[in-house]
This record gives sequence, C-alpha cells and structure tokens, in this order.
Amino acid sequence: MAVDRFPVEYSHIMMFARSVGDPNPIYHDPEAAKATEPGAVIAPPTFVQSSAQFDPDYVLRPKIGAPWFGSGKNPTGAQPGSGGGGNGGGLHAEQHYEYHRHPQAGDVLTATVKPGKSWEKQGRRGGKLLFQETITEYRDQNGDLVVTARGIGVRTERPATAEA
Amino acid sequence: MALKASELKVGDSFSCTLVEDLKRTQIVQYAGASGDYNPLHTDEIFTKEVAGYPSVFAHGMLTMGMTGRLLTDTVGDGRLTRYGVRFTAQVWPGDDLFATATVTAMETVDGTPIAEFSVETKNQDGVVVLSGSAAARLDP
Repeated sequence: MAVDRFPVEYSHIMMFARSVGDPNPIYHDPEAAKATEPGAVIAPPTFVQSSAQFDPDYVLRPKIGAPWFGSGKNPTGAQPGSGGGGNGGGLHAEQHYEYHRHPQAGDVLTATVKPGKSWEKQGRRGGKLLFQETITEYRDQNGDLVVTARGIGVRTERPATAEA
Repeated sequence: MALKASELKVGDSFSCTLVEDLKRTQIVQYAGASGDYNPLHTDEIFTKEVAGYPSVFAHGMLTMGMTGRLLTDTVGDGRLTRYGVRFTAQVWPGDDLFATATVTAMETVDGTPIAEFSVETKNQDGVVVLSGSAAARLDP
C-alpha cells in the first residue's frame, strides 16, 4: 500500500470534490482560491484516500490484462480457486485523519503504511468480524508530515448489511 | 470566513442535507475519483448475485467525504486539524443523508483557539450511518 509518488493535482481535486458533492470554489477555481486563507487550491479533507490511484499494487483497481472479479459475461470474472476477490473483500469500519497542514495542488506526497492493532469480534448478523488497523503517513516533497491517516477495515464471514 | 472563538459556544450546532435520493452515478463518480473500484459499489450484478447484498452501496468514504463538506463550510477552508468517523450503517442508492456537527469543547492550545465537534450523519429513516468527531482551528 506504500505510494512512492502521489502528485496532488488540480484536476484530480476538482473531480474528487465533484464526486462528494462539494461546490466550494477552493477545490476547482485557482483564481477564487487565491483570495482564501490557504491562497491556493487545496485538497478536501478526505482526498488523500485517492492515493490509491497511485498505489501500483492496489487490489480494488482493475489491472490491464489481469482477471477482474467484477461482472462481465458472468456475474464474476474471478477464476475458481484463484482467490480473486471473493465476496468483494473487507468493509471500511473507521477512518481518522490528523491534518498537520492541508495538501495543495502542486504538492507531491509519499505515503508509508504500517499495520496497527488487529482484533476479533462476534457480529450480530455478519458472523465473526476481523478488524485490522493501518496507519498511513503522508509526507510532502520536503519530507514534512502533512496528514496522518488511521483506517480500520473489517472482514466478515458473510454479507453484513446492518453493521461494520 | 473562519469561525471566531468569541462567537462560538459548546452546544452550538450546524447541519445540512448532504444528498437527496443518492444516485448510483454519484457512487460511480466517487469510485472513479478515489480509485476504489470495488464492484460492491458499482456493479449491481456482482453485488447481488455473487456477494449476496440487496444492491450496490456507497463507499463509507463517500459519506465521510460528503460529511466533510459540512465541516469545512462551517469552520472555513484549511481549518480542520482532525476528522475521524466510524461507519455505523450502510448507505444505499436512493438514500437521503443529513449531517449535524455540534460543538463539544472549546480550548486554547499554544495560544490558538480550537473547537471540538461531534459529527453525525443520518439517513431518511433516522438511522445513524456515520458517527465521529472533528477539531478545527478558530480565529480568536
């Protein structure tokens, strides 16, 4: 999950802000952004999650020429026994961000990931729940810490529609 | 545009509607922007027939991102120092989402006023789908 080079780009920020329904000009209008306190196009609070785009090994992105577990001719493209995705993998249980500063268009970040705690819990509907914490540190082109992210993922034994 | 500590007190509350009748297309938009192409969010056939869910559902991070707008609209651009949530129920296409942020504490750290908020997003049935907290730097 480490990312060697995560360029924070204006058009990516614009598309991300659109997708979360945020019309704030600071995310799409460099001229308007000049008049704000940050003085530049900045990233919305959850934008660093899109570093997945720059993670060469990210499993939830189809890879050119490789099997993909989503539907095509058949409901799933996973090969039997390939372990290709199973029921869609884990769900996201928690996400926490600490902002040392807010990334701006033009920054080039790196992300380093370390595993945190892991634990198990019996769920009400989804069977056994396996939790795993990961901590991601985003640093800028000067090596300064920009955002610290702590995510908790959960894997369920069967579909969980009311929890996790 | 930032909040002033002198004009804010514990218990003050801010809220807004994040989305009405969430469309599958918006979930697709989020998948494309974030890079999370898990078919559980965009591929109805896979999600129903293979994964066993009633339909595709939104990324938790889409709800966190939409809720973030309430926070940044409230505290001002670039003012958040912390934002964290738990995803407590799934968000489905067709859902309406309504978010509330409430001031839970005010303090001064190294001469800078900081406000702490609790954050909650509910759907049209009043079910809490996201619950968390945030902190922001204020003007004096």
